[in-house]
Amino acid sequence: MRLLADRIGHRYGTTEVLRDIRIAIGEGEIVCIVGPSGCGKSTFLRMLGGLEEASSGQVLLEGEPPAGSLNPITYIFQDFALLPWRSVEGNIRLVLEDHRLGAAAMRRIVGDVLERTRLSEFRAALPRQLSGGMKQRVAIARALAVRPAVMLMDEPLSALDSQTRELLMDDLVELWTRDRFSACYVTHNLAEAVRLGHRVHVLSRRPGRIRETVEIDMPLAERAERAAELEAMQRHIWLIMREEARAADRELADGR
Amino acid sequence: MADDPAPGARVRPVPFRGGGFRPQTNSYVSLAVFIGLILLWEAGSRAGLISPIALPAPSQVLVALADLVRTGMLWKHLSVSLMRLGVGWVLGSILGILVGLLIGLFTIARAALLQLTSALFAVPKIALLPLFIVWFGIGESSKIATILFGSFFPTVIATYSGVDNVDRNLIRMAQSFGLSWGSIVRKIILPGALPAILSGLRISSAIAIVLLVAAEMIGAQFGIGAYILQAGSLFAIDQLIAGVTILAVLGLAISWVIGRAERRFLDWRS
Ligand SMILES: Nc1ncnc2c1ncn2[C@@H]1O[C@H](COP(=O)(O)OP(=O)(O)OP(=O)(O)O)[C@@H](O)[C@H]1O
Ligand SMILES: [Mg+2]
Repeated sequence: MRLLADRIGHRYGTTEVLRDIRIAIGEGEIVCIVGPSGCGKSTFLRMLGGLEEASSGQVLLEGEPPAGSLNPITYIFQDFALLPWRSVEGNIRLVLEDHRLGAAAMRRIVGDVLERTRLSEFRAALPRQLSGGMKQRVAIARALAVRPAVMLMDEPLSALDSQTRELLMDDLVELWTRDRFSACYVTHNLAEAVRLGHRVHVLSRRPGRIRETVEIDMPLAERAERAAELEAMQRHIWLIMREEARAADRELADGR
Repeated sequence: MADDPAPGARVRPVPFRGGGFRPQTNSYVSLAVFIGLILLWEAGSRAGLISPIALPAPSQVLVALADLVRTGMLWKHLSVSLMRLGVGWVLGSILGILVGLLIGLFTIARAALLQLTSALFAVPKIALLPLFIVWFGIGESSKIATILFGSFFPTVIATYSGVDNVDRNLIRMAQSFGLSWGSIVRKIILPGALPAILSGLRISSAIAIVLLVAAEMIGAQFGIGAYILQAGSLFAIDQLIAGVTILAVLGLAISWVIGRAERRFLDWRS
């Protein structure tokens, strides 16, 4: 199954936020989107998953979702979005309960995703008892439980400290190596983009357009070792982004 | 060592400036203050500092209370009061939560009811009692209606503002996982609004007690309010204070029950 954004444009009132975005997320591909603050990345991601309607253009699904996928397009949010009154296990069950799976199937899925995210010991813990990194792992476990075809992630690691971010990036690479999910990954952090993306789209300042697309064809599993090459790629992207970010910064300061 | 203070230099600890602003309750202290006040009052009465006409000693109030128990009147007054309070407050709260949810969930309900609710919330319900007496007669219905109305509005307002304050991100998350509308309401909106609903119930219970006494003072033979009114008109201050004591205990009991509910259902809050 592929997810295609076909000439997406959007405005909030008189402010144009996005213009003419065309992106394809192929099977097993991680597509990263970077861009200056306020250029419409989060808005775009909401449109990809059908949480918001674009003013122009449309989002298309090509092909059928894989059999057994309960929620083909699944989000992972920056703020985790866990229910504070449910335990780790309860939060995962939440997204399965509406599917009438039967108690045994439910238990099997919950046990499986908890194990894959190494959370089995914490199944009874409440969110407030967990660190930020663990909360995001719960959110990842919850997303895996519905067997998504495409994951949409809006700055999933931004609320975390840099060590935790490193660890979770390794986890994501490991999960991807096993499941080959496709993903659209929005981030501010260029190191994350070159570490996880098969392709990086750089957006311009508002209204967001695709400024440039960088293909990275190094296998994900090797990237931790080949940091120097990635460093060069990251620098290249930063040079493209710098003027946009500067200009965007000035615009915001002007209050325009 | 470099980490040690330089020899001869003046050294002093950094003064502690944090702490405070986190008042805690301590049941021993509250009990001690309570008992202390009663003892002081008793001592003042015995020493003749407090006139028995203005304020009888606690021991006399106790005698009045014991009289109430002995003659069986306590139960007579208390049972009708509890019935009125129970029916009025419970019905008012249930209806209030339902209407509050409607206002919180549906545009039509909000447009139709929000202003009306705010307008009626401000009306002192006791002013409506004569109207209710005309409608429902002098019997139980008019008293229950007053209590029901009085507890209905604060519950409506607490409930819909609780619903309004449920984290939108959680709702968006639920939608993104394809949860049904009913599941979102039951599993996200209701638990998310529960803290506000419970504190609304706390307020409405206090209002309900006030209205109970007021309604019983206007036209009732039995009930704590009626008992207090009779005591007042006979200048039986000891009985009057006994009645007030019963009300205070009633208020404490309700607040204790709600406190238990909060601890039971809101244990996920830090
Ligand atoms: N619901 C909304 N109504 C009106 N304007 C909005 C709304 N949501 C976002 N915007 C505006 O649209 C623009 C793009 O917002 P968006 O959150 O998509 O940017 P972003 O690229 O994700 O920014 P950041 O990098 O800070 O997360 C911003 O200027 C924002 O103020
Ligand atoms: Mg954003």
